[in-house]
Amino acid sequence: MQPRPLALKILDFASVIVLGVATYLALVFAPTEAVMGQVQRVFYFHIGTAWVGLLGFILAAAAGIAYLVTKDMRWDRFEVAAVEVSTVFFFITIVLGSIWARPAWNTWWTWDPRLTTAAITELIYIAYFMLRQGIDDPEKRARFGAVYTLLGGVSAPITFMVIRLFRSIHPIVIGAANGTQEKMNMTSDMRVAFFFGLFAFTIIFIDMMWHRIRLGALEEKVEQLKLTVSM
Amino acid sequence: MFLETIPETSNYMIAGYAFAFVIMGIYVFSMYLRNANLKRDIETLESLQSEKSKRSSSSKKK
Repeated sequence: MQPRPLALKILDFASVIVLGVATYLALVFAPTEAVMGQVQRVFYFHIGTAWVGLLGFILAAAAGIAYLVTKDMRWDRFEVAAVEVSTVFFFITIVLGSIWARPAWNTWWTWDPRLTTAAITELIYIAYFMLRQGIDDPEKRARFGAVYTLLGGVSAPITFMVIRLFRSIHPIVIGAANGTQEKMNMTSDMRVAFFFGLFAFTIIFIDMMWHRIRLGALEEKVEQLKLTVSM
Repeated sequence: MFLETIPETSNYMIAGYAFAFVIMGIYVFSMYLRNANLKRDIETLESLQSEKSKRSSSSKKK
């Protein structure tokens, strides 16, 4: 196993710093929202984690296509890393949304189009790991995984677009509301916390992806060694 | 009608941030553990592999 490269060490350090700054901006710098109170601060991490969650699912679909075209196992490693890291972040998104919904909507959960599609997306990617665990042959596993992420990748844009296409109580943050939906208005300080949150989670996502890809390389090596020892 | 006071929702905010940090911490720790376990597996498997190659070379000499 190659030692951790300098760029990764720098990225680890940067991730810790940007996470700290994002937390400070969200909890201290951004003003308290007048209608919802302190719970609105959850929104900065909710959006940040949702962004990298959906981004990872799209990247996994792209890696799936790349694997099917090239048959290069490095794309499979990339795909697994993207799905795993995104599933973790998207789980945080869903739970933070539920925590915000309790005082805002007076319920932990409602079968609103956005919440429903988000839950389905998360379940699709949990099932992805169950599928992979059931296949022993690495090439077959990579091929099935690639096709699965390609199909599953459709759920990410649907989750993003659903509140713009259907009647939903979920607020719209990016883009204009269509008149029946709530649009989130932010002050300039709130925008700073919001955009820095997006930036911070992008850095953290890249860092975690890199670590997970390296872990995938180790898993592959163990699998190959097991085969040679058992023969 | 305007709200006279900002609603007290600090507990939900604390719960949200605590949850986010705990989950991220658990994930990072799980990656650390998996990494350590895989490295140990590689060491064991490599030693088994070298033993196996030694045995096969000695049996060929006989």
